[in-house]
Amino acid sequence: MTVDLREIALPRQVDLRVDPIAPAATRIGELLGTPLPVVPNTGSEAVLWLGPDEWLVFGASEDQLRTALGDTPGSVVDVSANRVVYELSGPDARDVLEQGCAIDLHPRAFGPGRCAQTMLARANVILHQVDAAPTYRLLVRPSFAGYLTSWLRDAMSAAG
Amino acid sequence: MRLPEGGRIDRTKPLRFTVDGIEHTGCAGDTLASAMIANGLLTVAPSTYLGRPRGIFAAGVDEPNALVQLDDPMQLATTVELVDGLAATTLRGKGRLTDEPDAARYDKRNAHCDVLVVGGGPAGVAAALAAGRTGARTILADEQRELGGSLLTENRLLDWLADAVEELDALPETRVLTGTTAFGYYDQNFVACASKTRLWHVRAKHVVLATGAHERPLVFVDNDLPGIMLASAVRQYVNRYAALPGENIVVATTNDGAYGTAFDLAGRVSTIVDSRSEPPAELVNRARELGIEVLAGSTVRQALGTQRIGGVRVGDREIACDVLAVSGGWNPAVHLFSQSQGKTRYDERKAAFVPDKSVQAQHIVGAANAVYDLTGCLDEGFSAGIEAAKMTGFDGEKPAAPYTAREVITDPHPVWFVDGPEGRQFVDLQRDVTVADVRRATGAGMRSVEHVKRYTTIGTAHDQGKTSGFAAIGVIAQLLGAESPQGTTTYRPPYTPVSFALLAGRDRGELHDPVRKTPMHDWHVRNGAVFENVGQWKRPWYYPQPGEDMKAAVLRECRAARTDVAVMDASTLGKIDIQGPDAGEFLNRVYTNAFAKLKVGHCRYGLLCKADGMVFDDGVVMRVAEDRFLATTTTGNAAAVLDWFEEWAQTEWPDLEVWFTSVTEQWATIAVVGPQARVVLAIVAPDVDCSQDAFDFMTFKDAFLADGTPARIARVSFSGELAFEINVDGRAGARVWDAVMATGLPTPYGTETMHVLRAEKGYVIVGQDTDGTVTPQDLGMEWIVSPRKDFVGKRSYQRPDATRPDRKQLVGLLPTDPDELLPEGAQLIAPDTPLTPPVPMLGHVTSSYHSAALERTFALALVKGGRQLIGRTVLAPLRDRTIAATITEPIFYDPEGARRDG
Repeated sequence: MTVDLREIALPRQVDLRVDPIAPAATRIGELLGTPLPVVPNTGSEAVLWLGPDEWLVFGASEDQLRTALGDTPGSVVDVSANRVVYELSGPDARDVLEQGCAIDLHPRAFGPGRCAQTMLARANVILHQVDAAPTYRLLVRPSFAGYLTSWLRDAMSAAG
Repeated sequence: MRLPEGGRIDRTKPLRFTVDGIEHTGCAGDTLASAMIANGLLTVAPSTYLGRPRGIFAAGVDEPNALVQLDDPMQLATTVELVDGLAATTLRGKGRLTDEPDAARYDKRNAHCDVLVVGGGPAGVAAALAAGRTGARTILADEQRELGGSLLTENRLLDWLADAVEELDALPETRVLTGTTAFGYYDQNFVACASKTRLWHVRAKHVVLATGAHERPLVFVDNDLPGIMLASAVRQYVNRYAALPGENIVVATTNDGAYGTAFDLAGRVSTIVDSRSEPPAELVNRARELGIEVLAGSTVRQALGTQRIGGVRVGDREIACDVLAVSGGWNPAVHLFSQSQGKTRYDERKAAFVPDKSVQAQHIVGAANAVYDLTGCLDEGFSAGIEAAKMTGFDGEKPAAPYTAREVITDPHPVWFVDGPEGRQFVDLQRDVTVADVRRATGAGMRSVEHVKRYTTIGTAHDQGKTSGFAAIGVIAQLLGAESPQGTTTYRPPYTPVSFALLAGRDRGELHDPVRKTPMHDWHVRNGAVFENVGQWKRPWYYPQPGEDMKAAVLRECRAARTDVAVMDASTLGKIDIQGPDAGEFLNRVYTNAFAKLKVGHCRYGLLCKADGMVFDDGVVMRVAEDRFLATTTTGNAAAVLDWFEEWAQTEWPDLEVWFTSVTEQWATIAVVGPQARVVLAIVAPDVDCSQDAFDFMTFKDAFLADGTPARIARVSFSGELAFEINVDGRAGARVWDAVMATGLPTPYGTETMHVLRAEKGYVIVGQDTDGTVTPQDLGMEWIVSPRKDFVGKRSYQRPDATRPDRKQLVGLLPTDPDELLPEGAQLIAPDTPLTPPVPMLGHVTSSYHSAALERTFALALVKGGRQLIGRTVLAPLRDRTIAATITEPIFYDPEGARRDG
């Protein structure tokens, strides 16, 4: 088994809703130092695409984003405590996920910079592939963390 | 007996096994059935219903007779891989589940591919090679341990096969799953496959079905005797396993296929009985060269013998034999094709149902497509593989086929059954169903095979008609005088049996269902909480102290909340952040009461109904800013309420600028309840003025706690007592809970106490006192239904049914005996109602508790026209006694609401 699981601490997480063609979206991109991704299910360590007008932003605060949003209709919600983050990394990481995740994680279909809101076993997760190791980030509700880590350790024991 | 040479078994690796307690020796590479045949064991357990002797009949998943009990019940000897120490018991029809826990690890894999090839015979291997070489992600699944399919039976192209297997293994994007049966074919090319311990969920862009064909039996008198076997099975046992079932063999056939069996066993085959009056000359000549007599235009009318076949009657002749190899033709294995909604048609020339139209992105090739010559199978396989790859975006050349002699397959001449005693001509060996039984069905007027199947049980045993299905169709056609068979039964998953343990996989024990825990969970565990499951959440139910039972603990917790101060972990309540300029308007439209004019900093209790006007959920909503609200939901409905909001916002009111974000776990919530609540707040949040004048009921304040933690403190109450809810960042939840407990003042309480306190005040729990058929008016909550605005569900209150006076209404119940606790769910009847069914019911108890404050029991109930019955007595007839109770207003404690200010 060549796969490692660890919990990581991410800076702030903020859920952002805004029309991507509004000037406010550009202002927010400038704040983040990277444009809001508009390709579905893509992102970076700064921001993940969650929907046509929804992103999960890392690092910036609710107040900063609200200021950047200005008068533009939208929504900014601090969700820093709403999910904990795990990193699953190593050559067998994909095999671990394939035991409980129905989406296609083959490099031709999913790779670094791809993300998805999906089910892993019986828990909702945001899955974000960070690098080609591969390293995956799993963002999960804290209440599910015990279940999910138990499931992952069980799956890791059968991987490879 | 075991032949001295040949076969794909390893004679250097002997394996010991037992059948019915008697020890035998087989070889690595054997199936249990081949090892049994090699040891001279052809006879298995007698038939299920008639107790007739039966023998191994087939060599694969179509075996009707050779059921054995291993650790798992009802395994087919023909598909069980022989291992050392295997202990099999032959089974008469039914198995039994073992009492021992299953130690195997079953799990699941999701797999995606461009091309899924099902079946590893020549057509399937060819398709996988063609597709795999293009670089397309290819999966080849085959039920057998070894690829090759009919090539292994017929001993053909084995060198080509070996090279192909090697190449497939080396292709980086091609995966070969042997010992893995594709058993279910669903929409969008989703194919479920099962190996012994792994369930595969395969999603394919294109599927190539190369599922082969099943040989059909022949129906004649005593056609169930041991020693009667499918011709292809005899050939497979000899060629693949070097296991010889008999020394003196007669072959009975309707088609070319069985000639190969006769030729491969030349010297041990005396006669070929062919139903066709003019069998192909080439085959007849070859038979004669090998010293085999061919009886054309003939059929076996009866098998001779009692415990095992000793001969056959053909016309007036009796021919001795110890094995009769039969071939009644071939059925393309269209099971998966049909499951995928592909349509079949009856092909007169081939005398079989063959694939007609595909519905999904798929090819069906080789014998599954009624192509029976090897050259044709390979050609179809290569073509389908390359076409499938091209359809999924890859390109390549169709591989060159290995050389095979061209074969011309001559049409069969089917025989459905013969003249003779119909009660001894078996159509379904597993169910002991005969031609006589089918005749009873058609005599009763049935024409459809679907009806005959259900009347006779044909095809309902473990193999689901793989041998019997078409035999029945032919018999029905002949009995009805139809020109050709009419339709098949419906093919449904699974193709072969799949164990529940495999389907469950890892979703068992600790992993059966997620257990959700709040940030304060560890404290609850350390302090002896007994937990209750609320949805997937573990919530403290009550906190028994040493020597306390539940009743005592709950009474103590209730007393603390009513007379002192008590705290509860309320973090599981659903929480939804609602933002946007139209947030207030949106809430106005979904809640029964008004929210648009709620002031910032204020809270309001709200009720949600579905479009039918029935109560769906409730909770407190805070207005955080002009364009921002925070709504709470019941613990169990958090996701459903968010979905409900999204549905209305997205589909009905897309013009409203409003967005929803689940923040259930962003916040940890601690309810501080009781007349002394302010004392706790003064310590935990000293900067917050909690006095009556400074902190109104149903308002909230954002503040910092003593340790600097930001908090949102709301003055809301679900108990009628003075109460505050402290909401903090979920990550601070455990710390703030500790700080609250460190004041040394509050008593922790669980969900049971919460239920008692709210019931004393007549506050309903959605889902306990309601069941989706209850309106706000039924609950006596007209006050929360706005007459001035429209909202989801409002129109339904104009339905006559919503205003019936005899609707079930929420009432209170006080048992006549103050110590009697009504069981929740108890049915209520009027006094003097006779207890002879049908007993007219008035309603039922929804909530029932011991009350510390009332020093007695009480209950809530839904009773027909209940509010008109206040003061009357109802009865709850139980198994051992009847409890009488008085109907009351559904509020028992502090009806004036004097206690909420402390």
